[in-house]
Amino acid sequence: MLGKGLLKGLRETARNFVGSYSDPERLTTVQYPEERLALKENTRNFPFLVFDGNDSTKGLRCVACKICEKECPPQCIYIVLERDEKGKPQKHPRVFDIDISVCMSCQICVEVCPFDAIKMDQVYELSRSDRFDGLLMRKPDLAKSNDYYHTIHPTEASEVDGRLAAEKAKAEAAKAKLAPPAAAPAPKSPDPAATAAKAAAPNTPAPSTNAPPQPAPATATAVIPPPAANISPSPERKADL
Amino acid sequence: MPLAIDGRNYRTMISGVDTQIGEVAGTGGAAAYRISPKVTDDGAPQGDLLEVSMGPHHPSTHGVFRMDVVLDGETVVKLKPVFGYLHRNHEKIGENTSYLGNMPYTDRLDYFCSMTNNWAYALTVEKLTGLQPPERAEYIRVIVAELTRLQNHTCLIGFLLQDMGALGTPLMYAFREREHIIDLFEALSGSRMMYNYMRFGGCRVDLPGGWVEEAKQVVANFPYFLDEFERLLNENEILIARTQGVGALKPELAINASVTGPMLRACGVNYDLRKVDKYGIYDRFDFRIPLGEHGDVYDRYMVRILEMRESLKILDQALRDIPEGPIIDVKYKVRNFKPKIGESYGRVEGPKGELGFYVISDGSTNAYRYRVRPPSFINLTILEDMCIGHTIADAVIILGSVDIVLGEVDR
Repeated sequence: MLGKGLLKGLRETARNFVGSYSDPERLTTVQYPEERLALKENTRNFPFLVFDGNDSTKGLRCVACKICEKECPPQCIYIVLERDEKGKPQKHPRVFDIDISVCMSCQICVEVCPFDAIKMDQVYELSRSDRFDGLLMRKPDLAKSNDYYHTIHPTEASEVDGRLAAEKAKAEAAKAKLAPPAAAPAPKSPDPAATAAKAAAPNTPAPSTNAPPQPAPATATAVIPPPAANISPSPERKADL
Repeated sequence: MPLAIDGRNYRTMISGVDTQIGEVAGTGGAAAYRISPKVTDDGAPQGDLLEVSMGPHHPSTHGVFRMDVVLDGETVVKLKPVFGYLHRNHEKIGENTSYLGNMPYTDRLDYFCSMTNNWAYALTVEKLTGLQPPERAEYIRVIVAELTRLQNHTCLIGFLLQDMGALGTPLMYAFREREHIIDLFEALSGSRMMYNYMRFGGCRVDLPGGWVEEAKQVVANFPYFLDEFERLLNENEILIARTQGVGALKPELAINASVTGPMLRACGVNYDLRKVDKYGIYDRFDFRIPLGEHGDVYDRYMVRILEMRESLKILDQALRDIPEGPIIDVKYKVRNFKPKIGESYGRVEGPKGELGFYVISDGSTNAYRYRVRPPSFINLTILEDMCIGHTIADAVIILGSVDIVLGEVDR
């Protein structure tokens, strides 16, 4: 019969129409500014800089190594290294800008950062009246505390904290071991890219093959051992391998 | 009203007209439409031909795509696809960023199927470097790729029906289902469309807790939606009248034009890279390849519906069997990733067809040459052959059934 298929389809639309009134699960629309859906834990939007403690400049984990600046695919990061009066590089950035009108939220900066200093934020209401300066995030806008990081990505943040604590303990142990023959060890290269491959054997002082990009203070504490080259080496994973 | 249209006859009939249009069309397509005299083979005047520039901002062209159509009355006698409005130098960008840095750009090729794009690119670089994804990563890849296929096909059918004039309903149903899948992807990768999820030799992050159960739930609910969709559409007289016999493509022509994906299978050619190449771990799953036999728009619609059912089978098996373990090859390096000198071509069966990447490495951190083989672009090349002899309204449906995404066509 002509029209049978049409009627069948209409029955389906009618069922859906009535269903949306009778079944609360089908009321999927959210009245946005008043109601909001909870964000997923992994949701990412734009990068921010993590700082430990309360001081947003001193506690910054970023050491201005400029790896993220180099690796950023759309080149939206701009970093200037802080130097003191004598021109000696300080291990933190003087300028750290991210142009979020250019940023494409790919989080490659997060992956390549050896210091767990840059992470992805979840803020999304970022409309501005000024599309140039308004969307250029400067260091004070970007610096956010580790507690904030814990609130937005709890699982990932505790993983990172655990890893950093383990690395710190390891570095302390290595320092204690190396302390008596103070003259013997050569300072490790501060270039994380160069040391990343050698992170497997942290107790052997790795002679740098690459020229370090910044001259390093010749103390063992200055070297923060970078994580292994993998992105998220969870303890279970290491056990599996 | 299924029309048995023989394309060759139509083309012989208008072959005398083609030259006429060629002479007239010298103004570079500046005008939106142009009227030129139509003549028969012996030179006698016979009405007018209308040349219409359809697009690039026409709602039916799925983005910024233009068709220069020459019409005899309502019938298409010549059709020239014009694209490049969305060209953004993807391949050169790929040669100027690191291997990893190009991964987020592949998301933006076909923004409906970022996961399969990621997979194809990762596969290419894996071939180059010899990185081997662990078992769990292979399963995750299959799961996300099949979920991508589901959401791409539902949306495509929704858009196709919208092109046909079924405004809203099928598309909204499709988007309702897509939302569940997108939520899964967001929980997994952090983004709703630009996942940037796969890595060379594995995946970026492991599945979050409870993800497999959620995915099982989505997969279990999906057949209800498919049944609903089929009840809504399969026997609809208007759909049948508009699609059966429209845009028929002969298998010989499809093969000669390197058409791939559901378009090729709708012609009855049994070619699916999941079976042919058995990339990843597709040889472990029990699934079949649906084939059409007429190659018309209805067959393309049905092949996609049936393919979704097969994808659900794969998903059931993959979600059941997924093992625990690492998700990325230990040899993978985030920084200073330098494949050895060589070249490789990797391809996957994307929802739209064969998606391939070709990479030449000169041993540095960037690819020396990087090239994409986009399925939508190559499937689009035979648009004229499918449209000639049909009405302008059918040309819109035929374009819809090709399943193009302009981000991939123009790159």
